This record gives sequence, structure tokens and C-alpha cells, in this order.
Amino acid sequence: MGLFWKRTKKQESEQPANEQAVEQTSTEQALEASASVELESQHPQPEQKAGFFKRLFGKTEAQEQEAEPIVRAPEQEKKSFWERWGRSEENAATPASEPEVATTSVARADAEKMSLFKRWKASLNRTSENLMSRLDDVIHGKKVIDAEVLDHLEEALIGADIGVQTAMEIIENARKKVDRSEVSNFDELKRLVKDNLLDILNDTSGKGISSEVDVSLDIQPYVMMIVGVNGVGKTTTIGKLANRIKAEGNEVLICAADTFRAAASDQLAIWAERTGVPLIQQKKGTDPAAVVFDSLAAAKARKADVLIIDTAGRLHNKANLMAELEKMKRIAGREVQSAPHEVLLVVDAVTGQNGLEQARQFLKAVPVTGIVLTKLDGTAKGGIVVAIAKELRIPIRYVGIGERMDDLVEFSPEDYVNSLFD
Amino acid sequence: MFDSLSDKLKKVLKNLRGGQDKLTPEHIDIAMKEIRMALLEADVNFKVVKQFVDTVKEKAVGQEVLEALSPEQQVVKIVRDELVEILGGSSSRLVFLPRNPNVVMIVGLQGSGKTTTTGKLAKFLSKNQGRHPLLVSVDVYRPAARNQLSVIAREIGEPVFEAAELNDPLEICRSAFKHAQQTGYDTLLIDTAGRLHIDDQLMEELQAIKAEMNPVETLFIADAMTGQDAVKSASEFHNRIGVTGVILTKMDGDARGGAALSVKMVTGQPIKFVGVGEKYDALEQFYPDRVAQRILGMGDVLTLIEKVQQEVDEEEAMALQQKMMEDKFTLEDYRAQLKQMEKLGSVDKLLKMLPEGMMRSLMGFVPKISDEQAGMMQRKLKQTEAIINSMTFKERNNHHIIDASRRRRIAKGSGTTIRDVNDLLEEYIQMRRVMREMMRGGLLGGFGGKLLSSVMGRKSNRPNFTKKKKKKR
Ligand SMILES: Nc1nc2c(ncn2[C@@H]2O[C@H](COP(=O)(O)OP(=O)(O)OP(=O)(O)O)[C@@H](O)[C@H]2O)c(=O)[nH]1
Ligand SMILES: [Mg+2]
Repeated sequence: MGLFWKRTKKQESEQPANEQAVEQTSTEQALEASASVELESQHPQPEQKAGFFKRLFGKTEAQEQEAEPIVRAPEQEKKSFWERWGRSEENAATPASEPEVATTSVARADAEKMSLFKRWKASLNRTSENLMSRLDDVIHGKKVIDAEVLDHLEEALIGADIGVQTAMEIIENARKKVDRSEVSNFDELKRLVKDNLLDILNDTSGKGISSEVDVSLDIQPYVMMIVGVNGVGKTTTIGKLANRIKAEGNEVLICAADTFRAAASDQLAIWAERTGVPLIQQKKGTDPAAVVFDSLAAAKARKADVLIIDTAGRLHNKANLMAELEKMKRIAGREVQSAPHEVLLVVDAVTGQNGLEQARQFLKAVPVTGIVLTKLDGTAKGGIVVAIAKELRIPIRYVGIGERMDDLVEFSPEDYVNSLFD
Repeated sequence: MFDSLSDKLKKVLKNLRGGQDKLTPEHIDIAMKEIRMALLEADVNFKVVKQFVDTVKEKAVGQEVLEALSPEQQVVKIVRDELVEILGGSSSRLVFLPRNPNVVMIVGLQGSGKTTTTGKLAKFLSKNQGRHPLLVSVDVYRPAARNQLSVIAREIGEPVFEAAELNDPLEICRSAFKHAQQTGYDTLLIDTAGRLHIDDQLMEELQAIKAEMNPVETLFIADAMTGQDAVKSASEFHNRIGVTGVILTKMDGDARGGAALSVKMVTGQPIKFVGVGEKYDALEQFYPDRVAQRILGMGDVLTLIEKVQQEVDEEEAMALQQKMMEDKFTLEDYRAQLKQMEKLGSVDKLLKMLPEGMMRSLMGFVPKISDEQAGMMQRKLKQTEAIINSMTFKERNNHHIIDASRRRRIAKGSGTTIRDVNDLLEEYIQMRRVMREMMRGGLLGGFGGKLLSSVMGRKSNRPNFTKKKKKKR
């Protein structure tokens, strides 16, 4: 533990920009606190270490078994973790509603396998009002597809926040085919619109990162930056991501670069504790780029596989805040080659047309590689991601379907589109 | 960015027979299509749009076209007035009862901004309504949520009830209430956990708190960026909990804010405040006309005005205004104004705040603000400056003397073409005309005059909410 800390410190002190960071005791505490995790996962099986991306997506039973001991949050350790943070019990207390603290990866994987699509679909259809349900009323008793049907379909698409422009284009396309008698019944119409949506969602290849499999295994640490406007679910998503990536057998480190919002790093610290992942943080008001710098040094020193950076929520029309984000990116790239390797823009499913502008602006400041669509467990459909995919070709990576640690699923265009219709 | 509603309407109505003095059903039908689009693009829920359009249609058919207005201006006016009427309502002031404490409950979806708003509200009430608030968070679910409110309370210097040993929302409420009663806090602000409107268990929790706390106000916090779903969440919260007011957050963003209309329509409850920043004093009174214009894509003129007021040198601006009034606005002044604009920041940001119709009058064309075009605008401004720079002092102060040979010289000197110079002069002349009209309060009515006087630095006519409230108390 001590040795590890010294190594980091030495390295840090060689970096001029980091003087203030070294002084921060919270950094030391974070590293110390994380050291117990370090000790146990310091010598992973070589093949376990090598297969980060493979495991992240193509996991096998055996790998699940291997990964299991790393995910742990036994009572005792939790306590000592918090003690070392010098926090009181009450702050450390896990909220009563969080039942998932000690989920094992096997249980998680099982649950996931069993229910992934089901749960997602269930959450999308929560109100039993999907795109088609109202349409069915209109269709009822009709033999031909008329203007009324198309109008309703357009409304249904707009109602899912897909956007006027996109909706109109899709309907226009359908109208033409109906006129040319290429589409004659409702099933065909449905199929056509579905395909249209699927084309848009699938046509993001070559842009962004649609899967970590493509990323070189040499990259270490793999730096992920999570960005978005206020309150969309960035921090929660990081908790979920950390849990997920760690369960795949990776050494994960989290960086609390939201030094602005009240209690932001406390919030992240609880997620770090829940997932048993070490956290690098600084006191409120510190330049977030300095925290990023700090965490990169720590990640390198402890040979972490993945570093996830939480950033403060910011409105995309605030130039200074976007510049701050850009600076964080720059610092990351300076410390680790081609970092950040992945930048996930978190979009709340309730977001309307402004989501597109958010994506445009964030893309200007940082190389957004993917979208995380959160809060799909509500009644909102999050259709703006279709418009984002259409205009900016950014792939949607994950979907948030709740507030628990395992409420994050990989995005599947088919599932998404189907869940809108069926 | 899209064409502003009035520009679109102009386009579509132009093709109709001219010289009419009434809005015909034909006019209306075409106009309503555009209005529908504008509202949908602004995130107004499609059902609400339908209802709204029907209402406006009824009101519009057969209306006399006012002399000063073209048909499209007339339609925009009807739409705007209707929007303002629906959005408007009773004042932002929270009305308290003579009992201690008055409870105010803050409810809403996850991430809508409840906790920050609770802090802002406490600050506002203590500053402007002379209240003594006590804050309490009953968000026992989200990590560090209660801590967040404590930190905020410390920052605004208001007391917070912590009771860390309690973990049940209702119990926390009870002890906070008791504590407020005993200590003499007259207002208890309860920050509740964000929840989905379809989460039965958590909605029941709110019902229980409401039943026992009997709040004077139950405020629903709505994110201005919300899309079509606003109708569902707001109506569900209202049906189950009984909302008494709405606070619209994140209005400092650039969302058109159509959710305001949706929420207002389904709850019928007044929008009391808007959140306009992350700082704790970034809470403002709700102005229906501002939001109406924003929803219609007419830009947030008043935001711009405020910005201009902060940045523009008052004296210089007064002088400019004087000149406009006297119709003595010279090219020299024009250049000075461009310089002022540069002070305000990048063109595209500025443009986004301006109503596009006004932009047309001022700049001579309507910028559709893609990146390229913003760049083009910037270049155009630079070019305009260069052209004016190449004029002699005399020319700048009397554009009438700029004849063909002078134009050639100016073009050469500024590295532009004669056409560029012609364009500029034409724009300038048109601008003078528009200004004259505005100063007379003509076409744009009091609004235009107010806008210009504000842009030009005169103190805003807008009532100073803060002070007014204090006096009343
Ligand atoms: N129902 C639901 N709630 C979510 C989901 N993801 C996040 N949340 C909730 O949304 C709220 C805001 O989430 P945060 O993770 O704090 O959001 P953030 O983007 O980090 O917020 P700021 O840092 O304040 O900008 C919290 O109450 C979360 O529990 C989701 O997928 N479903
Ligand atoms: Mg956060």
C-alpha cells in the first residue's frame, strides 16, 4: 500500500502542473483507501487481464466465475473503507432502498440474460401506450392506408420525441410507397417505418465507437469521459458502468471531476463504495482538469485498465463550461495517448428536441463517441436519439432503465425499435 | 435553427390573393400548419398543439387585419396573445398562511433540479418575502442527496434539518416540522426524492407526506428541456399529489421550452418561477410573454437585452439612442454599434437570442445559424466594418453623398466589390427606416420601442420584481 502510494507520488511530483493536487489529502486518502482493492486484484490472471474488451461483450461462464471474487462489498471492508475516508457512519450509510450492494457478477449476468430485453421492453411499455396502441384504434375497421392513418403514425413518432423533421421524412417516404401501392397493408407499413428507423440507428458505423472490441488492447488505461447536461444521470451511469466493467475482470478507477455541484463527489464516492472501485477526488472548487490529471497519474501508476471520469453537468450553450470540458479532454490526451478513448454523452429519455443541439455542441468540445440513453424506465421514449443518430451518426451505446447498479443494458437498435411498436 | 414563424407565415401567406382586410379560412388553414410545426419543434406536446391550434383557429377566422399589420403579423400576434394568455396567470409570489410553519413541498422527476431549486427558493423567500425558512431533504434514496441539500444550505446561509439517524421520509418530515414549530421557523421547505410518475410506491409516499404535512404549496419542478413526455409526468403528479405551482428549470439553456405550455395546459397551475442558472440567486419571476416568444422561435429578446445592458457602455448607448430618435443614425454610429456587438461575444450566440424577424430588419437578412453561416455572419460583420472604415469621415456622417465613384473607391479600399458596398448601404438605409418605425412604436408596438430603448441602455421598463415584492410586504 505504502509503496504504491510513494510510487504515484513520485511520479506526480515530477509533473509541474500537479503541485496543488499532491497537497490534497483527499487524493492520498483515495489512493490509500483504494489500495486494499489494489492488493487483492493486483495480480490477476494474465489472460484475465488481456481480454478486457472481449470479456466486456463476449463473456463465457468460466470468465464469469473468475470475475466473481473481484466484485465484493463485504460488510467489514465497507466499514474500513469509510473509516479510512474519515467519514462518519451516517454519510457512509447505503440508502435503505439499495438492495443490490453485493450482487455477484454471476447473479448479475443471469439476471441480465434472463431479463435484458424483457425488462427493457417492460420499461418501455410501462404505460401500455406505445407508438402503435393509439394507431390501432385508428386502423380499426379500415381496409386501406389513408391520410388519417399516416397522420396518426406521424403523431406517434413525434410523440416519441423523434422530432418533427425526422418524423415527417419517414412519413413522407411511407406516403410515397403507399401512393405507388408498394405498401398496401398495415403490417407492411409498420415494417417500413421500423426499417426506416433501424436504418438510421444502424447507420452510425465508422463514427464513434460502437464496441470496445475495436479498440486496441494496448491501450491502458482506457479512458472514458462521461458528459452531459445537468441531471441526466451521468453519475449514476458511472456507477453502473464501473460495476459492469469491473465485473468483467478489469481494474477500474473513477475520477470525480465534478468539483462544482454540491456533494457531487460524495454521491460518486457512494457509488465507488457500492461497486468496490477506487475513486480519485479533490475538494470542491478544484479545477476539474487538475483532478483529471491526478486520476490519470493514479491510473497509470496502478496500471488500471479503465479510468472513468465523471464531469459536472453543464448546459451546452455555456461557452466557458464547454471550454472547461475541452481542457479536461486536452489534459487527458496529453497524459495518455489518444485519451479520452471513449466519450459518452448521457441523454435523458425525457429530453425533447433540445437533445439534438446538446449533441451538436458537446461534439464540438469533445469527441463524443457514443450516447447513453437514461431513464427509459419512465414513460418517455427518448426518440431524440434517433435524430442524433441521423444527423450526427453517433451510436447509442447503453440504456439506463432504473436507479440500481445493474440497470444498464447495451443498446440494441432492433430491441429499441421493436419496443416502440410491439 | 429554423426560420422564424413569422418568416414562414410570410412565405406561405404571400401566395394568397392580396389586398384582403380579413383573415380568411384559407389564410388560417395554411398558417395553422406552420404554427403546428413551430409548436412541435418547440416540444409542445402534440395533443396540446392540437387543442391550441383549434382555439387559435376559432379566434382568428374573420378577424380584421389591423391596418399596420400584414396577415402573417396578424396571425403571429393572435398566436402570441393566446400563448401568453394560457401561460400567464397569478403571480409568482407564494402566498403563506398565518401558521407556523407553512410547508412547501418540492416534487418532480429525477434530475429536474429539485434540490438546487429548493436552495434558490429558500434564498428567495428569505430575501424577498421576509420568511425564515428551514430546509429538509427527504431523499433517502439517491446517494448523497441529503448531503447535497446540506451543502447548499450552508452556502446560502439558511438552516437545514438533518436528522441523519432517520431514514424514513415521513418521519423526517414529522421531526422537521416539530423542529420548525419549536424553533420558530415559519416556512419548511421539503425537498423530496426524484421519482418517476409511474412509480406507485414512491408516489404513495408523496401522498402520505402531503396528507400529513398539509403544505400551502406543492411545487412541481419541470425541466425546460423536457419533450413530449411532459404531459404525462405533469398530469400524473398533479392527479396524484395535487400540484399548486410549477417551476421551470434550466431556462438558461437554449431549449425552446414548449414543455411550459404542456405542463400549464394539463395542470392548470401557474408557473411561478424559472430557474436560469446554477447559482442560488438564479431564480426569476416567470414572464409569460418571454416564454411565449421563445416557444414561437422569436428568440429570447429580453435575455439579450439583459446581456446588452451589462456589457454596453451606457453613455455611448444613450447617445446612439438619441441619434436614432432624431433620425441621425450615421454609418459612423453603425460601425460603433458593430463594435459593441463584438463585445457581446460570438455572432451565432447573439443571433440565437434574437428574433429572426428582427434580425432581418436589422441585418437585412435572416441568418439560419449553421456553423458555416455563423462564420459567414462573422465575416460579413468584419466586412461591413472594413467597408465603413474605407469611407471618409464625411461619407460616414452623410451617406447621401456616396455616389457611384465613391462606391468604387470604397470597394477598392476595403477589398470588397461595389455590390458589397451597395448592399451595405441598402441595409443601412433600411435599418434606419426600421428604427424610425420602432421608435415611433409603430409596427412592433410598445415592445419594439421598449426593446430598443433597453438595447440602447436605458433602464429597463420591466418591473423590478425583487424590490416590488419587498415593498408590498
Ligand atoms: N428512473 C431512472 N432514474 C435514473 C436513471 N439514471 C439516473 N437516474 C436518476 O436521475 C437522478 C440524477 O442522476 P445523476 O446521476 O445524479 O445525474 P447527473 O447527470 O450526474 O447530475 P448532475 O451531476 O447533477 O448534473 C438521480 O436521482 C438518479 O437516481 C435511470 O436510468 N432511470
Ligand atoms: Mg453528477
